[in-house]
Amino acid sequence: MSDQTGQPVLRTVGLTKAFGGLVAVKSVDFDVAPGSITSLIGPNGAGKTTLFNVVAGLYEPTSGHVEFLGRRMIAANERSWLEPVFWILPAALMWALTYLAAGAGAPTNLVQVMVLVGLGILIASLITAVIRPAWYDRMLVRVGIFKSARPNDMVTAGIGRTFQNIRLFANMTAIENVLVGMHGKLKASPLDAILRTPSQVKEERHSTDEARRLLNYVGLVGREDELARNLPYGDQRRLEIARALATKPKLLLLDEPTAGMNPSETAAMMTLFGRIKTELSLPILLIEHDMRVVMGISDRVTVLDHGEKISEGTPAQVRADSRVIEAYLGKGAA
Amino acid sequence: MDAGILTQQTINALTIGAMYALIALGYTMVYGIIELINFAHGDVFMVGSFATLWLLATFGVEGTINDPARLVIVLIAMFAFAMVTMGLVGVVIERFAYRPLRRAPRLAPLITAIGVSFILQNLIQATYSTADFNIPQVIDPQAGVSFTMPTFNVGGFAVTSSAVTASWVHLFIVVLAVAMMVALQLFVRRTRLGRAMRSTAIDREAAQLMGVDINTTIALTFFIGSALAGAAGVAWALNYGHTKFDIGFQAGLKSFTAAVLGGIGNTTGAAIGGFLIAFVEVFSSQLGYARWSEAIVFSILILVLVFKPTGIMGQQLAERA
Amino acid sequence: MNAPRLPVLRSDSAARQWFAGLPSSRTGQFFGNHQSLSVIVGMSIATAILPFIVLLPPFSGFGNQTDFVDGFAQAGVWVLLAIGLNVVVGLAGLLDLGYAAFFAIGAYTYAYGASPFSGNHIPFWPMLLVGAAVAAMFGLLLGAPTLRLRGDYLAIVTLGFGEIVPVVFNNSDQYTNGTNGITALYQPIIPFTSTSFGFGNPVPYYLTVAAIIAIAMALLYRLQDSRLGRAWMAVREDELAAASMGINTVTTKLLAFAIGASTSGLAGVYLSSKLAIVSPTQFGFTVSFTVLAMVVLGGMGNIWGVAAGAFVIYEIQSQGLKQLDGFVGSWFPNGLPVVGHVEFLNYQYLLYGLALVGMMLLRPEGLFPSRRRRAELHDVDDSAAANEELVEP
Repeated sequence: MSDQTGQPVLRTVGLTKAFGGLVAVKSVDFDVAPGSITSLIGPNGAGKTTLFNVVAGLYEPTSGHVEFLGRRMIAANERSWLEPVFWILPAALMWALTYLAAGAGAPTNLVQVMVLVGLGILIASLITAVIRPAWYDRMLVRVGIFKSARPNDMVTAGIGRTFQNIRLFANMTAIENVLVGMHGKLKASPLDAILRTPSQVKEERHSTDEARRLLNYVGLVGREDELARNLPYGDQRRLEIARALATKPKLLLLDEPTAGMNPSETAAMMTLFGRIKTELSLPILLIEHDMRVVMGISDRVTVLDHGEKISEGTPAQVRADSRVIEAYLGKGAA
Repeated sequence: MDAGILTQQTINALTIGAMYALIALGYTMVYGIIELINFAHGDVFMVGSFATLWLLATFGVEGTINDPARLVIVLIAMFAFAMVTMGLVGVVIERFAYRPLRRAPRLAPLITAIGVSFILQNLIQATYSTADFNIPQVIDPQAGVSFTMPTFNVGGFAVTSSAVTASWVHLFIVVLAVAMMVALQLFVRRTRLGRAMRSTAIDREAAQLMGVDINTTIALTFFIGSALAGAAGVAWALNYGHTKFDIGFQAGLKSFTAAVLGGIGNTTGAAIGGFLIAFVEVFSSQLGYARWSEAIVFSILILVLVFKPTGIMGQQLAERA
Repeated sequence: MNAPRLPVLRSDSAARQWFAGLPSSRTGQFFGNHQSLSVIVGMSIATAILPFIVLLPPFSGFGNQTDFVDGFAQAGVWVLLAIGLNVVVGLAGLLDLGYAAFFAIGAYTYAYGASPFSGNHIPFWPMLLVGAAVAAMFGLLLGAPTLRLRGDYLAIVTLGFGEIVPVVFNNSDQYTNGTNGITALYQPIIPFTSTSFGFGNPVPYYLTVAAIIAIAMALLYRLQDSRLGRAWMAVREDELAAASMGINTVTTKLLAFAIGASTSGLAGVYLSSKLAIVSPTQFGFTVSFTVLAMVVLGGMGNIWGVAAGAFVIYEIQSQGLKQLDGFVGSWFPNGLPVVGHVEFLNYQYLLYGLALVGMMLLRPEGLFPSRRRRAELHDVDDSAAANEELVEP
């Protein structure tokens, strides 16, 4: 679902990620247009999964930034040295107040209580800093401190993803996996759960129904109580997609979703992607090696090699690009 | 300021540090190779001191030995016995309690290690009771070099000096420990087996594919680590002249703190950490905080792990992708 | 699969599984749907029956009913501790080796609130909540900087904390009366009366702890089946994937820690009010380790299993070993064949150690595991065995 037609859902600007001496992603600029399927291709080691991981919030970039839905969410941390000031400031104010009160002749008990309150404020600030709720990050931005979004922040913003090496919760059932995906969008708090408030009960029931619907949507009918590890490979891939869809994303990141599948399974997945794009109006960013998938469903293809973007365009344009051919097959093949 | 006390305490700290360093080496080597915190290791040290007690009692050694030749023989016997038997104990523990759990989730070997620790403590307790046992100090604890530090007075800052005794026991322990640590470094860096240990620590599967026998390598690591703990047990017996079934727990935790402080997995770090922790302990006692020295050491542990988990030497163990 | 869909998820409870095995009786479904109710009913039945079982042989030969009931009240402390640690270790998968620290904090909080030493006399019942809250706060304090550490490192940090807390209590003479501990703590008053629980009759204590346990278990079952419970499972399974699904792993782990700590604090308040004293020596590593052993041996992750395990282990420890001495003495008046006269009570920790090692090697999922946990642990072994075959020469 795109919020503003025309503006890209995702945009990376000069994105660079280096691990020590190894530069995995080198100054990549690219966009994902709303309502489209974009494929990211390139030889092994080109930096595609690293790019995904940066966009998903797993890594802080070395330089450059990522905008999601028009908002800069991922970039190298700025002025993070200033953050500790924030932790100490409220408590310091309290203690300054205490000092003044003591000077003005307040009773000892009150002064002691004020000191303790100051300590409590300090502890609360530190714990807030560790938990990093959304309002905390917003407050930091207002004073010029920027902290790169974490994976769960990106999910809240609207990114759903799957993994190259299937990372399902193996010992949880299919439906439980999907329900975990819904975690960020459910409203009930632990207190509601303890008290079994009517709203919590209703929410659980609705979410279970919704989870079942998602499982059916991806083609996993009647498997909901199977442990994820016992599902056949193709079903596991589908389950991962169902789980990602459960996060109610505005952009779906799929990392080699058809790896290891035979042609008919692959065709079924391609149909699913098409349905996601049209029925759910959900843009998809896809890492793929299977050229039939890439050429078959992509609106746009971006090619990476050795961490750099070497080509971009429609599938037909990219297929004909000599640089792309060279990257895959070596010099002289173009 | 009393330079004499300062020097005396430094000597004490070096001695205790030598013992902690020896124990810490075992922790760090085992963690480096199988990522297990061997809780039983501190108790191996304790059993080493009891092994010394047993040996001396069996051969009728009652007290200080003055004849140098005989002293040397007895010392060699003590160290050889304790190191070999403790090394074997370590190998047996690894074979039966840890090896079957090599692929189990992390909690399992950790719990087993604690279980083994309790078993060791209880076996000793059952055999010897919970009392404090005296061990004949074969090196005369009083004999040594006595001196005073130079005194002076610079613009009001007076430096006095009480008498300092650098006893032979202390010197012996420190020199021996350093010699063992150097020998270990040479072994790990220069020999084939040492290379096998290092490669297994870095990437077990790759090492296996290169033909390294993992089981033997790990067993060897345990042997060496436990032998060093046994040596520390002998050193303890020489230095303090007594032992008790529960000295392993405290000494073990402090040595583990030392290993973490130095950088877990790093043998040089473990040595440095051992001496540092001993200094903290001795000087906090000196400053009147003896009751708090444990809490101080464990606070250091927590702070290091929270702020710089790679420790002083900063060796990052390879993270599985 | 003919029964109508249950709105509550399949989860680990042994009770649920047992009831699910009944033919699709209305009772079975009812209790499956209303776990909290089944917990309360189950606990009520158990609490009512236990004091009368001990009047039957062979138990009647071991001691009188009053002593037994007092023992059950003590056992209740350990059951409560085990249930709390289960949240941290079993549900969230965090290694905590210093659980006794929160136990101590709860106990000393009560001593601060209700003793002649401190000069305060706050009634027991509100102090339960206060103690739990104070312990929870310390759980947050400890957890905030440390929960991001890897498993074994976290274990060591918690172990260190568990060592530091009693030392602090031991050395702060002004606030805690140091090594001597604080004595003459005020005992609870029976609600709506002015009768103190007193020392002679263990029944009020027994009923109190049973009620606390029942409520705690019911609340924890509700949490386990909720969004938070699933988050705990997900974080335990794969922390990175959990974060990538929108879970704030820090908050999730902190909540587990805080809830675990508060339960321990609850147990601390209760015990100190029962013994009417508190002293630093009560809270050493042995306590932390014993609770961990109970959780592991009982069946990590399974609330009923852990409670049953804790109860069984406590009874073995306090009654069983003594009785074993008696039995063996009567069958082998001249001592056992090889080892001679053995006083089993002295070997208690040796047996613990052996039991733990044996359990880890043979049945790591514990005595009363959840189906899920057994599957988790045994499939690991199977695949490990397969790998061994491939790689060994």
